[in-house]
Amino acid sequence: MQFSKTLSLVGGIALMATAAAAQQAAMPAYKGIGTLATPQQIQSEDISISREGKGLPPGNGSAKEGAGIFAEKCAVCHGGNGEGAKIGPALVTDKNAHESLTTMKPVRSLAAYWPYATMVWDYIHRAMPRNQGGTLAPNEVYALTAFILYKNGIIQEGDVLDQKTLPNVHMPNRDGFIPARLEDIPDERKRGCKQGICP
Amino acid sequence: MNPKKPSRRLFLKNGAALAGLAVGASAAAKSTSADAPAERIDQLHLHGERSHYVESVRHGSINNPERHLPDEPRAFGLTSPLQDSAGMVTPASLHFVISHGYEPPDIDPKEHRLLIHGMVDRPVTLTLDDIKRLPSVSKFHFIECHGNSTTGGLGGPQRVSPDATAQDTHGYTSCSQWTGVMLSLILEQAGLQKKGTWIIAEGADDYKHSKSIPIGKAMDDALVAYAQNGEPVRPEQGFPLRLVVPGFQGINNVKWLHRINVVDEPYMGMMEVTRYPRLMPDGKSRWFEFELGPKSVITRPSGGHYLPAPGFYEITGLAWSGGGTIRRVEISTNGGKTWQDAKMQDPIMRKAHTRFTLPWNWDGREAMLMSRCTDDNGVVQPSLAEVAKIWGIDADFFQKTTLITSDMNAIQPWKVNADGSVKNAIFQNS
Repeated sequence: MQFSKTLSLVGGIALMATAAAAQQAAMPAYKGIGTLATPQQIQSEDISISREGKGLPPGNGSAKEGAGIFAEKCAVCHGGNGEGAKIGPALVTDKNAHESLTTMKPVRSLAAYWPYATMVWDYIHRAMPRNQGGTLAPNEVYALTAFILYKNGIIQEGDVLDQKTLPNVHMPNRDGFIPARLEDIPDERKRGCKQGICP
Repeated sequence: MNPKKPSRRLFLKNGAALAGLAVGASAAAKSTSADAPAERIDQLHLHGERSHYVESVRHGSINNPERHLPDEPRAFGLTSPLQDSAGMVTPASLHFVISHGYEPPDIDPKEHRLLIHGMVDRPVTLTLDDIKRLPSVSKFHFIECHGNSTTGGLGGPQRVSPDATAQDTHGYTSCSQWTGVMLSLILEQAGLQKKGTWIIAEGADDYKHSKSIPIGKAMDDALVAYAQNGEPVRPEQGFPLRLVVPGFQGINNVKWLHRINVVDEPYMGMMEVTRYPRLMPDGKSRWFEFELGPKSVITRPSGGHYLPAPGFYEITGLAWSGGGTIRRVEISTNGGKTWQDAKMQDPIMRKAHTRFTLPWNWDGREAMLMSRCTDDNGVVQPSLAEVAKIWGIDADFFQKTTLITSDMNAIQPWKVNADGSVKNAIFQNS
């Protein structure tokens, strides 16, 4: 009896040890360091916008509204019509700029080069005006995005951009990137890279 | 040389003016130490400075229109003076900088937080003190801008000029010992979810630079660094926290790191999608390229150096590969007709600069010095002609284009003339 009791005790300890090991493996190695982030905190800091518009906040704007905001907050660096000035690059470029990408003097401007309209919203929101990123309200960012796209002939003056319409705007260079399938990006063999460089 | 083009001479003139200021400020130190003002002595005791006889500095595109990208209004970057380098570590004060014209933010480390969120079970914010409680690692790694040694764009005419120095041709690479916490540990602690396939790393700079990095890399050897070469990471390098992503293009090494969002696709950050893809003559861009190929450059003798007389010289330089460890470096003194193995100096480490040397007797005649490295995957550094072949373009593309021909790891030739001068020969021996 004593024997079997001991055996069961040993067995019990072993079981406990196994359970503890399993629990430890499931637990974070350094639990308790750092502070759990609250949803509110994450919401206030998360400014990421995906290419399909994940993360875009409610709101809307059109080029007509954007014109006034642009004149007030952007023109000083980018020129009155977005043609570019000493501080800010050109935001509005020639209608044929996209065709320059096959020449020796390509214009990699917003309208000629950027593949997604959501990127325009994202960059204005996070970084503009210079050194005051994050100060524009969502409606202002939608309106400015609309204004710049309208000035480049990509949308109409009256088009309203919002969470739904902005991701559907087709940029001229949408298909200008290789590899086309995003899931192929990390695979250097699929990309045909040799001697440390890819074709 | 076109006399209208601002040249290195112009820079040297400006540099001399700056140096003049510095000399003025520390003139007293030139006299005997007994005469030096007390505050100068105090400064040297509290925080050492290099000798004021040492003049090696970073230089860049400040106020030099020739070096601007068309849309870069201010200093694009600062290059590291490789021609003066020794060993394999770059002093933090001389580490290259790419800033796109922005100044480093002034961050109080007590206020700084790193937020980990997205596809994790336990989103968490970490203070600097929290991060320092976690198990640390110290690793030597190079960081290189993918535009380093490009024949067009970034380097401007100076990179291809016969007068180019190693700083002009290859100055956008540097190597440091980085101390911090493995990112894998932080992500595991936060409860990384299986569907998370990418991270978006974001900095606290003025444009909130963000970079998409595949989760495989994040969980492999990326680290969240708080120290560089034994001291806190410097402001222009990302104080107080920098993400170090070994062997990947420099843009991935996000400075002033304050947020990591775990997601299931690459996000289209402005810099990574509009400035960094390699645009090719077919009009299509290669985006999200990551790993830097094997590359080497002879740093002495190199462009701008002068050999006073025939006789013995040590040839020395740096080799590195984003793919792993440098296994072999070969040197040619006759433009690639014959090659000899160089000696590699310890330490030789993964994804770090490796210093190599070769004793050489210069016979006083023209010579073409080249180095070529091989990493532990067996990948060999290509010639310029081989790069052109892999890219499927004409070799003279590199002489015509104003584009940044990024990920350019071609062999760099230096021509030693009979008068002892050393010149950049990138287009003379490819």
